Amino acid sequence: MTISRTSQFAALAMIGALALSACGSDGGGGASGSTIGGQPCVSGEIKASGSSAQKNAMADWINAYQTACTGATINYQANGSGAGVTDFSNGQTAFAGSDSALKDADRPAADARCAKGAAIDIPMVGGAIVLAYNVSGIDKLVLTPDVIAGIFANTITKWNDPAIAAANAGAALPDATIAQFHRSDSSGTTDNFTKFLTATAPSVWTYDKGKDWKAPGGQGAKGSDGVTTSVKSTANSIGYVELSFAQDASLAVASVDNGGGAIEATSANAATTISAATVAGTGNDLALTIDYTTKTGYPIVLVTYEITCEKGLDSAALELTKSFLTYTSSDEGQSKLTENGYVAITGDLLTKVHTSVSAISA
Amino acid sequence: MSSTRELPATPAPTASSGIKGKSVRRGDTVFRGLSRIAGIAILLTMSLIALFLVWRSIPSFTVNTANFFTTSEWFPDQTPPVFGIAALAFGTLMTSIIAMILAVPVGIGVALFISHYAHRRMSAILAFSTDLLAAVPSIIFGMWGLEFLTPHMQGLGQWLNDYLGFIPIFRNDLGQYSKSIFIAGVVLAIMILPTISALSREVFTQVPRGNIEASLALGATRWEMVRQAIFPFAKPGMISAAMLGLGRALGETIAVALILSASNSINWHFTEPGGNTFAANIALRWNEAGSTGLSALIASGLVLFIITLVVNVVARGIISRHAEFRGGN
Repeated sequence: MTISRTSQFAALAMIGALALSACGSDGGGGASGSTIGGQPCVSGEIKASGSSAQKNAMADWINAYQTACTGATINYQANGSGAGVTDFSNGQTAFAGSDSALKDADRPAADARCAKGAAIDIPMVGGAIVLAYNVSGIDKLVLTPDVIAGIFANTITKWNDPAIAAANAGAALPDATIAQFHRSDSSGTTDNFTKFLTATAPSVWTYDKGKDWKAPGGQGAKGSDGVTTSVKSTANSIGYVELSFAQDASLAVASVDNGGGAIEATSANAATTISAATVAGTGNDLALTIDYTTKTGYPIVLVTYEITCEKGLDSAALELTKSFLTYTSSDEGQSKLTENGYVAITGDLLTKVHTSVSAISA
Repeated sequence: MSSTRELPATPAPTASSGIKGKSVRRGDTVFRGLSRIAGIAILLTMSLIALFLVWRSIPSFTVNTANFFTTSEWFPDQTPPVFGIAALAFGTLMTSIIAMILAVPVGIGVALFISHYAHRRMSAILAFSTDLLAAVPSIIFGMWGLEFLTPHMQGLGQWLNDYLGFIPIFRNDLGQYSKSIFIAGVVLAIMILPTISALSREVFTQVPRGNIEASLALGATRWEMVRQAIFPFAKPGMISAAMLGLGRALGETIAVALILSASNSINWHFTEPGGNTFAANIALRWNEAGSTGLSALIASGLVLFIITLVVNVVARGIISRHAEFRGGN
């Protein structure tokens, strides 16, 4: 039995790749020839954990990175933002995915985890929270912040309420009770939705912002999928979910009018709002402050961050973390977001993200 | 007394050799050691779990600005932290009570039918199917409850409100009948039904033939026989079956988390959306909880642990008080 030339060559190539990847894992980075996102591949293994809102984007990115760079292994565990930040601070992961920038209370532990310098927030995945509704005969619905707050605070309870009718001239709104659905579990979606309500309708929405739903009335459902299913199966219902869930379930979504005319809930309109956000962090820390009262973009958006060390990440993880984040923030990486119902980071903000990622060093 | 007579009259094999203390069978020593270790391991595990719960819940007790036992809200991660178990305890107990009211009579009825009424082949099929019901994962029950049962409970809820609305627990002022304590209770009832019926069936089949025949020979109808011969004998077994069911109902997590609307308030209108339980609350809040939040959830777990322990101790007490009925054996 003879061994063919090709299989001999393949075996040699395998040994070579193994040797290279062995170099990579203990040397903290070694190119295996291929490129991704316009930069050479890095092999090795890193762990990350956190936000479940990023889960699908991460899965897609990791898949693409590992396909292009065979020596790289990246593990992202979507165990929630809080747990992600804790894992990162304990040194168990190379970076954390989080629905919010590092809080003052968590900062000392996160900074201490970085051998030199501080932990930085890098905005990476944007999202839009849409008001999905199920009212037969109504294809187009426009809501103002006060009306949204009224519906979710249970002060507006009928679809033909004058406040809703005022924003939707000509629509045949039914004389039906609004079945309002919110999240029953703690979530970043609720956090960002209530941030929007407190910023834009403070006189109607008096329940503060937070991950847990505090307003009385309505019905809770578990997870974005739970809210989506409930809205789909209940007539005259409305609920807030992330854009991708409404798209997948082909539910109608409301446009939002912040006083400058109705703006459709699309990925592109949400990107406008995110890129116009002001940076609240200092230096390469890009914690953002979103202007929910914007009249030019779709206002109910959320930004999720990757939290990692600017300087002093352990050498074994450094090169791959930097390379992976360079890829995710590249045009190639960001274009994958829109495909998955997320919102891409664009414009000046993306340039700042590039600067922050390139500043990651030993 | 027949059982003692059947025992061999020879003395225990170790009795004579045991005096010398040398030639005790090695198997005996090893087995005694193993079973002692197993027994101690249970106690150790229990106390270590309790210790862990207490240890991890202390941080939240020190920062809580509200009364842990009388507060309904659950906002441990806000400043200042405010949380309490009143609504959780209420929801847990009410869903479990509804489940018990529905499942215990039905479960015992099923068991009686299988053991003493049904045709032999029929009873084998029925016994198999109830056991199979116990093998259905709880998330399936949750999804079924949410997707199928909820829309079908609308009519019943409406009827209860229209005709029994003067009783607060049946009243519904919202006109919405989904995601309620009542529906969660019904789903829990179905989930604990196999536990109750399988255990009671076991006990019913152990009722001595003599007792049953004596009762029938005295002219009792079948129902009188069940009351005179079966129930007194099987009472402790039925109680422990019910208590095991209650234990499952108290701790059931994912099915309840899917079904309930999870509002942390005490609402006596059981058919309205709302309610929350210890286990469901932990499942819904764990992922996104901060450090105080995690500690607070563990504190609520500690309370559930204690409630379950108390239920079991009470059940033990009842069983031992009724132990004399076993004298008929």
